[in-house]
Amino acid sequence: MTVLADPTPTAAPRDRIGVVEWLRTRLFSSVGNTILTLATILLLWFALPPIANWFVFDAVWWAAPPEVCRAAQGACWAMIHEKHRLIIFGRYPYAEHWRPLIAMLVLIGLIGASTHRPFWRRELFAAWGAGLLVMAVLMWGGIFGLTFVETTLWGGLPLTLILTTVGIAVAFPWGVLLALGRQSQMPIIRTLSIVYIELIRGVPLISLLFMASFMFPLFMPSGVQISSLLRAQVAIILFAGAYLAEVVRGGLQAVPRGQVEAARSLGLGYWPTMWKIVLPQAIRMVIPGIVNSFISTFKDTSLVAIVSLTDLMLAARQAVGDPEWRAFGIEGYVFIGLIYLIFCYLMSRYSQRLEVQLNTGRKR
Amino acid sequence: MTTFQDPVVPDKPPRVPLWNNPAVRAWVYQIVVMGLVIALAIYLVNNTLTNLSERSIRTGFDFLDREAGFRMGESIIPIEPSDSFGRALFAGFLNTLKVSLLSIVLCTVLGVLIGIARLSHNWLVQKIATFYVETLRNIPILLQLFFWYAVITGTFPNSQEAWKPLPGVFISKSGVLHAVPVADPAHVWIGLALLMGIVATVVYGRWVRRQQRDTGRRPPMLWPALGFLLGLPLLVFFAYGAPLAWDLPVMGRFRFTGGQEITPEFLALWLGLSFYTAAFVAEVVRGGIQAVDWGQSEAAGALGLRRGLVLRLVVLPQALRVIIPPTTNQYLNLTKNSSLAVAVGYPELTSVTDTTLNQTGQAVECITIMMAIYLAISLSISAGMNVYNRIVQIPDKR
Repeated sequence: MTVLADPTPTAAPRDRIGVVEWLRTRLFSSVGNTILTLATILLLWFALPPIANWFVFDAVWWAAPPEVCRAAQGACWAMIHEKHRLIIFGRYPYAEHWRPLIAMLVLIGLIGASTHRPFWRRELFAAWGAGLLVMAVLMWGGIFGLTFVETTLWGGLPLTLILTTVGIAVAFPWGVLLALGRQSQMPIIRTLSIVYIELIRGVPLISLLFMASFMFPLFMPSGVQISSLLRAQVAIILFAGAYLAEVVRGGLQAVPRGQVEAARSLGLGYWPTMWKIVLPQAIRMVIPGIVNSFISTFKDTSLVAIVSLTDLMLAARQAVGDPEWRAFGIEGYVFIGLIYLIFCYLMSRYSQRLEVQLNTGRKR
Repeated sequence: MTTFQDPVVPDKPPRVPLWNNPAVRAWVYQIVVMGLVIALAIYLVNNTLTNLSERSIRTGFDFLDREAGFRMGESIIPIEPSDSFGRALFAGFLNTLKVSLLSIVLCTVLGVLIGIARLSHNWLVQKIATFYVETLRNIPILLQLFFWYAVITGTFPNSQEAWKPLPGVFISKSGVLHAVPVADPAHVWIGLALLMGIVATVVYGRWVRRQQRDTGRRPPMLWPALGFLLGLPLLVFFAYGAPLAWDLPVMGRFRFTGGQEITPEFLALWLGLSFYTAAFVAEVVRGGIQAVDWGQSEAAGALGLRRGLVLRLVVLPQALRVIIPPTTNQYLNLTKNSSLAVAVGYPELTSVTDTTLNQTGQAVECITIMMAIYLAISLSISAGMNVYNRIVQIPDKR
């Protein structure tokens, strides 16, 4: 009979842990993988230094006249230094820039607070109401000794954020109604909802914005003027509503039929059934989808630049349109690209985390 | 002893008031909503007609036959400023199709590669792919178009010092110029030979599969297929005495002549749309591959299939069913996003509509035409993809 010796614990072999093992399994696990790694490194070796030089080492980092930039090899961040107020606030009166700044911070604070699940209570709606009121007072002015600022002068990042937030806030109830209409038993209402949703989803946003800027004035009784900001906002709401309707429909379809049947057998009518039983479950399931719609709308608002609204996009275009700084358009685009990227990236990470927390993505 | 009385059965159901009858209510609601929609429509049309006559704007579609008078930067069909608005809009529509189709091809290739790279075991490749996706899809497409246009027109060399990456290819601020073969009658026959080669390959492939099923042995596939696909056209090419002349771009005193030109506007739009949509396609591809149960790959591996075959015969056919519907959506988005060409000045449908609108002032008609065309494109792509989807779907799947 063999007697097994007591196993004496030994440390893992040196090449099985640490950096060597990390490199071996992740970069050089096979011949093919090694070739792939080397080819990638070679590619980066050629691509990265010029990009890094342009971005960092040869760039003009501090305030400097355009001549200095023209002499330099790299990026001209001096242009951003010179124009950042114009890019971020558009044509809003220079002395009053603190107002859109505070309005923007309030809005970002509200969005940030809304991402905290402990805050998902009725008081949040009140906070939003109060916040939007403060923003409206700050942006328009006209009371409390603030000078009145027309909407035609609003611009930059605050405008982009306002278009997005107001757009989603109004489009959301509209989308819920459309989604309910699409699921309805009533043929006329269902048909109207389907036609609206498919019509809007079938055309590009820019055609709706064209419609808003060229056709809405014709729709109004003569003598009635609506500002171009409001027209673009309406187009964004009409557009986002159709997409949100499809998101909400996904949630409605995922609520088990038994829930509706149980509610009806308890004697609840249609609206109480929807309001108390179905919608709370459906909307909870599609919150990640709603956040994604928010991200899309945030990116889509850049299209209002084509119909001459000075949002972040057009403000940057106007900044690089200055003959002095015309050669440095790429820097301007990189700058606002980073702004868009940071906002969208944070929101999309939030949406992914939420998806895991609510466990809706994994469910089949 | 208690006797039970027979319950009193009413001889007819209780009368429900009309306003509590669900069926009646449903119709009342619908009629009210319909009435509101019609009233709104009449109100808007009425206002529009009043406004149009007040501003004495012409109505009707007869402007389509009038002379357009503007020059289009590029077009597939020959077009002159003296041609009609209708023809200009049609040329714009063709340009929309051209840039959409070419972008769909490029974004699919890139998207599949990046999607697979995101699942790679290679850390470096996976990180680069993730960086690509997270950056590109989080920046508005309009900004990316402006960016590419600025890169091409701002950093590329003048046409005098154009880059020459390949013989007959010149890359400069004013776009890409490349050589094209001069048309020759033999080319038709070479094309036909290629077509025959494709048919022969398909037929031969079926025969190979049947042989494998019946005898268990697989006849060689690669070399005969190459013979059909390359050999046949080459044979015809040499039989005609190898007629191949190139129309080379030649630098004149100020500008190039000859060759085929790809304008910077097209290039910016094509690259911008493709790179942007590729990020979304990559996510769809990654999701589709991850949706296939890991057990499928393990089982296939246990049966002795090599990694490539596992991917081709087991994973991809199943992943494809998950991938196709959302990919269609991305193609639709791409086609709609091609309307942003108006920002870089590529003359596709939206920008031609914009010009027409500004020249004729007939906003209602122009926007209606534009929307109708985009709607038609969207509906045909989704109809076509639905048919394809039905074919690849597992038949008995519930």
